[in-house]
Amino acid sequence: MTNAITARGLTRRFGSVLAVDRVDLDVPAQQIYGFLGPNGSGKSTTIRMMCGLLKPSAGSVTVLGHDALTEAETVRMKLGYMTQKFSLWDDLSVRENLDFMCRVFGLTATMRRERVAARIKEYQLDEFCGRLAGTLSGGQRQRLALAAATLHEPQLLLLDEPTSAVDPQSRRDFWEKLFDLVARGSTILVSTHYMDEAERCHRLAILDHGRVVVEGAPKQLARDIDASVVEVECVDLPAARRVLTGEPAVLSIAQLGSRLHVLIERSLAEPEREVERILRGRCETVTIERVTATLEDVFVAATALRGDEARAA
Amino acid sequence: MKWLQRMLAVASKETRQLLRDRVTFGLIVGIPAMQIALFGYAINFDVRDLDAVVLDQARSSLSRQLVGDLAATQVMRIAWQADSADEFDQTLQRGDANIGVVILPDLERRLADGAAALQIVVDGSQPSLENVAQGLAAMPILRRPGAALQDATSVAVRVEYNAEKRTAVQVVPALVGTILNITMVIFTAGAIVRERERGNLELLITTPVSRGQLMTGKLLPYIVIGLIQTTLILALGHALFSVPIVGSLAEVYAGAALFIAATLALGLFISTVTKTQFQAFQVAFMTMLPSILMSGFVFPFDGMPRVAQWIAQLLPLTHFVEIIRGIVLRGAHLWDMPEQVAKLGLFFAVMLTASVLRFHKRLD
Repeated sequence: MTNAITARGLTRRFGSVLAVDRVDLDVPAQQIYGFLGPNGSGKSTTIRMMCGLLKPSAGSVTVLGHDALTEAETVRMKLGYMTQKFSLWDDLSVRENLDFMCRVFGLTATMRRERVAARIKEYQLDEFCGRLAGTLSGGQRQRLALAAATLHEPQLLLLDEPTSAVDPQSRRDFWEKLFDLVARGSTILVSTHYMDEAERCHRLAILDHGRVVVEGAPKQLARDIDASVVEVECVDLPAARRVLTGEPAVLSIAQLGSRLHVLIERSLAEPEREVERILRGRCETVTIERVTATLEDVFVAATALRGDEARAA
Repeated sequence: MKWLQRMLAVASKETRQLLRDRVTFGLIVGIPAMQIALFGYAINFDVRDLDAVVLDQARSSLSRQLVGDLAATQVMRIAWQADSADEFDQTLQRGDANIGVVILPDLERRLADGAAALQIVVDGSQPSLENVAQGLAAMPILRRPGAALQDATSVAVRVEYNAEKRTAVQVVPALVGTILNITMVIFTAGAIVRERERGNLELLITTPVSRGQLMTGKLLPYIVIGLIQTTLILALGHALFSVPIVGSLAEVYAGAALFIAATLALGLFISTVTKTQFQAFQVAFMTMLPSILMSGFVFPFDGMPRVAQWIAQLLPLTHFVEIIRGIVLRGAHLWDMPEQVAKLGLFFAVMLTASVLRFHKRLD
């Protein structure tokens, strides 16, 4: 299987800010590839370089076999792009927006009619097709944007935080659509900061401060996590947290409901014993148990810990 | 074929958005209608019935005849007869009279010597009055006394000053240019910037639409709007001020279309160099005032300093004012004015090319 996107040493500076730092990527075709990362981690900048919208400061990115910068026009014919902010025209109706996008992509009148009708049906836009896009709700806009991005049946879809302003039900429906598209042969690259969405991706790159910190299939990432995860249940969570903080073996602590997820140095053979030892006599605990890592743990380990290392260095 | 299709897609999108924007659409019709009414009535270079004070120190039949001639020009109305120099000065100072005429006591002798026998005193703070004084001073009676008195039935003078409609006739065709210049530059100055501000540009430039298609597609609807405005102004000018169209209407439209294209291209260029609509409008305004003041619309072109004339050459309005006055008032043809037509065409080509080159399908 060939790669849909290949990036090597991709770097972008904005003045003194290094937004994307020597990123290497191999996005396989016909899969959903996720970019997970906090705001400002370089997700949008990387996607924009793939669209030829920004010129890399160094390195290169090849999209569908073409250089994203020098052959941007060829790439754009084969690419569907959904911007982070809704970027269709608020003062055009749903149908007019779709029709305009068909025309700029050079579809014939017959194809235009067919595609617009098909997308309106497929994305349940029937009842709003005469309404101005500016009057749609978040979920409806997002369906319209995806419908518009797929009109010319692109091989590759780049979706920049498509679900950030959408309710959970619409998010679930949206992901169903993405899986349909992949089943029909599309490749999708989607950026997100939702763990549940990241978990749905075939492969995932976690970005932090412009760098890819870990990369792989979500399950594999959880298995390969560079720490042991110990779950602590106790009466006084804040107290436990205070006691654990600063202990050399403890890498990070995150509260999940009434439990604490404690990341412990991987080199320790029995991490739960270590936690017990720390808390003994100082905090009344209910249970201490070793659990398998979630993607959240992977994310914390990859971003927070690397951040600490970077600060320490 | 696909080139045209994409360009037309942009043009029809622009038209749709424009028609949906009721305020802008209202301005398309409202601005020219309001301005022509305003300018047509208010901008009046004709000077008539100025209140005059006369100090006749000669008190001869010739002096009375001179005063009569001046009054007959209808430029001035003899409102005051002063008996002394003091009274004369006070009348002017109080502003009861805008213009004063002093006839010196030795009028006959001075006329025979060819010396100045008559003073016209005007308020220098009002620029147009000074022109009037110059005009009056050039009256034949005042220069050539003996013969003048017979010729001085002032027919020639009356024609020059008394043609009531002259200003409207001069102003209305040039107003076509001025109004188009204002509306067209503003319309397109916002064109690209608006897409940027509303967040549509990022998507638009990720489509295969080319820079040329985008730019021409943006211009096309406004050329039609410009021609609608031209029609409106000329029709109102004809209805309100009886401005005739001596030349060919087809050539008026051809000339106007060329000028519209030139100003739109200027607006588009502004749109590509600015970051916000607010900046774009400021730059647009910056180009308007010189256009209005230096194009020969207000001040005669030949009377301007050399440097101002050079700058005026860079303004499309300068050339269009000549073209439209030529066609509408003198019945000239476009091919009689190849220089102006070529300059407008060149301006359009340079600005459009500059816009296309300035605009990149990138965000950096």
